[in-house]
Amino acid sequence: MEAYKKHESIAASMNRNNVDTDQIIPKQFLKKVERTGFGVHLFHDWRFNNDGVTENPDFELNKPAFKGAKVLVAGDNFGCGSSREHAPWAIADYGFNTIISTSYADIFFNNCFKNGILAIQVDPAQLSALMAEIDANEGVSFVVDLENQQITTPAGNGFKFEIDPFRKENLLNGFDDIGLTLKHVDKISEYEEGHKQRFPWLWA
Amino acid sequence: MKKTMYEKIWESHFVHQETGQAPLLYVDRHLMHEVTSPQAFEGLRMSKRKVRNPHSILATMDHCVPTKNRDLPIADPIAKKQIETMAVNCEENGLNLYDMESPDNGVIHIVVPEHGFVHPGMVVVCGDSHTATHGAFGALAFGIGTSEVEHVMATQTLPQQKSKTMLVQVNGQLSKHCTAKDIALAIVGKTGTAGGTGYVIEYAGEAIEALSMEGRMTVCNMAIEAGARAGMVAPDAKTYEFLDGKEFAPKDANWDKAIEYWESLVTDEGAEFDAIVTLDAGDISPQVTWGTSPEQVVGVNSVVPAPESFADAGKKLACEGALKYMDLEANMNITDINIDYVFIGSCTNGRIEDFRDAANIAKGTKVADGVTAIAVPGSFHVKLQAEKEGIDVIFKDAGWEWREPGCSMCLAMNGDELKDGQRCASTSNRNFEGRQGKGGRTHLVSPAMAAAAAAAGHFVDISKIG
Repeated sequence: MEAYKKHESIAASMNRNNVDTDQIIPKQFLKKVERTGFGVHLFHDWRFNNDGVTENPDFELNKPAFKGAKVLVAGDNFGCGSSREHAPWAIADYGFNTIISTSYADIFFNNCFKNGILAIQVDPAQLSALMAEIDANEGVSFVVDLENQQITTPAGNGFKFEIDPFRKENLLNGFDDIGLTLKHVDKISEYEEGHKQRFPWLWA
Repeated sequence: MKKTMYEKIWESHFVHQETGQAPLLYVDRHLMHEVTSPQAFEGLRMSKRKVRNPHSILATMDHCVPTKNRDLPIADPIAKKQIETMAVNCEENGLNLYDMESPDNGVIHIVVPEHGFVHPGMVVVCGDSHTATHGAFGALAFGIGTSEVEHVMATQTLPQQKSKTMLVQVNGQLSKHCTAKDIALAIVGKTGTAGGTGYVIEYAGEAIEALSMEGRMTVCNMAIEAGARAGMVAPDAKTYEFLDGKEFAPKDANWDKAIEYWESLVTDEGAEFDAIVTLDAGDISPQVTWGTSPEQVVGVNSVVPAPESFADAGKKLACEGALKYMDLEANMNITDINIDYVFIGSCTNGRIEDFRDAANIAKGTKVADGVTAIAVPGSFHVKLQAEKEGIDVIFKDAGWEWREPGCSMCLAMNGDELKDGQRCASTSNRNFEGRQGKGGRTHLVSPAMAAAAAAAGHFVDISKIG
């Protein structure tokens, strides 16, 4: 996984609550057996007209000012619904590496960090200020500094954000979770020995 | 210290915590389907890692499988490849797979309980958000992403932070024709779809205890619609009776040992929860969602809400958007909403009891003109049992299609889908925009409500039926 340090990028806003993973990546694109190539289908049903090809000009991410954005500023409870990791795969493949919202669905939130996406949780006032700054100056760039847990914006709406130290460490270093866990394989084996004693019927 | 069932299960599965890292939790059972697993197997292959405990895994094919003409090859080449990949992955890793030809095939959350694969006190995961279903057995069961599927295959553990606990207490008794589905929807209506985020829910109270295992599965299944990754119900005599004699249930001396352990899991009297939500089952009428989020739900005898009835600006905006997408007028009666399609099935309501409930209402009726109604059993075992009881004949006589098992129109991946603008009474779990087909409009209801709507062509207050 690619390490995440500090990025400056255009920030796009999506002022909708409860954006679900069915919208992020509709089910017709879940049949692939690869992890790649989902970006072209991101928000497909909102992003494209009924022909599935031409862009819907009313969809916020199609605004020319948002092209190339790596930061997505989104409404409450982002990523609710299905556990499909195709959602963060599509988000990352499209080009976003940072999401800022007041809240996320649990499974989606976990999935982001497994794919090098920094999902930042902010309070409603902070979110409103960032949304307002984007609205007033579409195409504005924000700086997101993970090391110092700092967002900086041209209009001065920046702030320090909170993040779980474990997630921060793994993201900063691009650590592979499985590799980290397998360092403790002896502990797992030890646990399993006890498990076999306690629950012999699960091992029969 | 007094502990909740969640805390007891958590502590008994704690493996290790390295300073600065999340605790590692042991996983007893890993369930799989074709959609969220292929990239995890690919990851294992690329890193030359092996499946640690193949016996902990049970796999099925459900999301992409056709519900008609099962003897023909799958028409969609991409879906076909996904199905074939699943078979190869399971074969290569020595995993137990109920493939499309297996008499045990069906929707993962239906077939797993049929074989007694999940027991009280287990930690159960699956790359599927409706894994919460298995909490009905007093297990900690939750959905994970594909990276985590790979992690569990390689290590039999998951790094997990401890969740907060929420008690959802449903007191009293359900009225006639009200079901577990109505409880589930009423809870989501009360908590909202983010109300349970960060929590594991324990459902308790007289109305939950009174539910069958099937009913408890329906309630736990929709914990995720309240934002909670897991929902659970304390195991009791019904749980043990359901498991007794099943293929993967403990046998002989182990059975007694298991029951003794299972009984110790129940939340201690006086244990504290981080949040408590209370409902009275007697207040719950048959529920119908009117919007594009499961929290947008009301009783069938109610009206479609107006945006101005919401004080919260976000909910008001969501209501406006939903009314537009759903093509509904504010303040119209729910019973005046006409439907084009009816779907009974899914991991929420695809069990035998659901088809019995629906058949009870469908018996002697005819599907209304212009309405298509499909009944999709959750598994071949459900299908066979229903056919043994003559339920298939009741549906067919009423003009329904009686299909082969699969996820079908719950998420419309297999070709069963709504056309743009069609409106469906559905027993599934999500009414998101386009969930059942692009431009399709979904109203979530119980199986009995779906059957009544099929006959009338619009929603009906079944509590008025004798």
